[in-house]
Amino acid sequence: MSDRAFLSLENLTLSYGNSIAVDKFNLDIRKGELVAFLGPSGCGKTTTMRSIAGLLTPTAGRITLDGTDITRVSANKRNVGLVFQSYALFPHLTVYENVAFGLRLKRMSDADIDARVTAGIKSVGLSALSGRKPTELSGGQQQRVALARSMVMEPKVLLLDEPLSNLDARLRVEMRAELQRVQKETGVTMIFVTHDQAEALSLADRIVVMREGLIEQVGTPEEIYNNPASSFVADFVGFENVFALRGGKLATPGGAVALAEALPGDAAGLAWRPSGVALETGPFKGTVKSVSFTGNLREYLLETPLGPITAEVGAALPVHALGAELAFDLPLKAAAPLQRFA
Amino acid sequence: MNRTLSTLILAALLVFLIGPFLIIVGASLSAGDTLAFPPQGLSLKWIAKVFTVESFRDSFIMSMILAVGGTFVALLLGVPAAYALSRYKLPFGEIVNTIVTLPIIVPGIIVGLALLRYLVVPFSFSIGVALFLAHTALVLPYTVRVVSSSFNNLRSDMEEAAVLLGATRLGAFFKVVLPNIQSGILAAFILGFVTSFNQVPVSLFLSGPGVRTLPIDMLSYMETTYDPSVAALSALLALMSIGIVFLAERFLGFSRYV
Repeated sequence: MSDRAFLSLENLTLSYGNSIAVDKFNLDIRKGELVAFLGPSGCGKTTTMRSIAGLLTPTAGRITLDGTDITRVSANKRNVGLVFQSYALFPHLTVYENVAFGLRLKRMSDADIDARVTAGIKSVGLSALSGRKPTELSGGQQQRVALARSMVMEPKVLLLDEPLSNLDARLRVEMRAELQRVQKETGVTMIFVTHDQAEALSLADRIVVMREGLIEQVGTPEEIYNNPASSFVADFVGFENVFALRGGKLATPGGAVALAEALPGDAAGLAWRPSGVALETGPFKGTVKSVSFTGNLREYLLETPLGPITAEVGAALPVHALGAELAFDLPLKAAAPLQRFA
Repeated sequence: MNRTLSTLILAALLVFLIGPFLIIVGASLSAGDTLAFPPQGLSLKWIAKVFTVESFRDSFIMSMILAVGGTFVALLLGVPAAYALSRYKLPFGEIVNTIVTLPIIVPGIIVGLALLRYLVVPFSFSIGVALFLAHTALVLPYTVRVVSSSFNNLRSDMEEAAVLLGATRLGAFFKVVLPNIQSGILAAFILGFVTSFNQVPVSLFLSGPGVRTLPIDMLSYMETTYDPSVAALSALLALMSIGIVFLAERFLGFSRYV
């Protein structure tokens, strides 16, 4: 049962004139799953989310929710919640009336509405502020109201548009915990859209990396982080040193470079995180172009015959000055093999 | 030096803006029998006389009907038009936007002549209907423009949020959009009212026997009777306008919209 797809997108395609925003998107989402759509702006993640909500009509393809084809069902009948990036609260209504808005349209009794609204506001910790207008709330509080407003409708799917990006670091941690709590308590299926890999990695059960309307990779945060399928994903999750493989050698701006170890034959490329580059040892040489201190670590940008290389070492180690020549190595055991290079 | 200059410019500006009003108020308080400034003695008799002239009363009612009714109809047409122009990429949106602002640029006298020649004469519209249509058309651009700016300031995702909570598009408009542009609509109403009430050139062409607006009536009154009662009426109307705009600014921040 839980393995069956709860929300299923089949060949979902959206195009505007000649440009295709989402191209034959296929994805099955299980009930209660927390999925992130991750990608840079313009990758189609928001378009996909909006078509699940019913705010956009797909050019082709099918959306099935809980066994029903909802592709042509209008947005107000889908029972899909959406927490907007701007929160989109109704400025003329109090917190209480904002949360009650959807329930009032359902012709429920006042007592039922009051019970659900009160519980909804309480669950996001805003009971004391229920008489306030949205403009009298902080951004974080407004987002909680938006969350409560969607959740009292008991949506089948809750969509969140960049839920953490407008918050400062401390609120971000709070909201992350809040979303995980809501998901655990209600078991609601959640999809959120983000351009921030840290946000996706920390919150999602499964990440869908998108690029130019296509799915680049689908996987758990660990899979995406450790085994990026393509150079694009590798770059996106912090592999700063990405090389194509051609004929068993690294393709670099300075020509083909062979590594000491035998390279895997089937990979299209190799990628190293800054922490995977070994410094002060190895066959390659580079010149220090910049040094930046990031707390525990010190990051070096090297100019090398292989192109720019970013390396990271413990900040406690001796500092190398700008212009110093450093030996480095790209050890195969620290490399992630890429299936696709583009 | 610079300071003196700017003070002078400011003073000149105030004299030109407020001077005529002060002269009118002065003339209206005259005790003499002809329109004159400075007033010959002081009395309130001309202000009292305004209320006894029957044609003033009739034309005031006519002007009020045109200003209130015409602006109301203009809002009924203008609010949906402004909404469509600000929310959707219409094929001729830009052109419509330009056309909508044209009546503000085209001299009223041309509009009046055109309406007379091509509406009243061929279709034999009654003067009252023609006046009403003309005032509605004149006010429409103002309502579209003022209400458009309210719509543009209102994010469209609010409506989407309402729809996702179960509202229909229309329901979202009435429950979410309208309450948030109330002050814009009121501002448009006031601007439309004042524009219509003060309108002379168009009304001049469309006024006929027994049907005329207050400004036209004042003009024709002055042609026959040169006493200070016209000044008294002008002062009263100016005070009414000042009062309306003062209240609007006080409660709505009117100047944000105009």
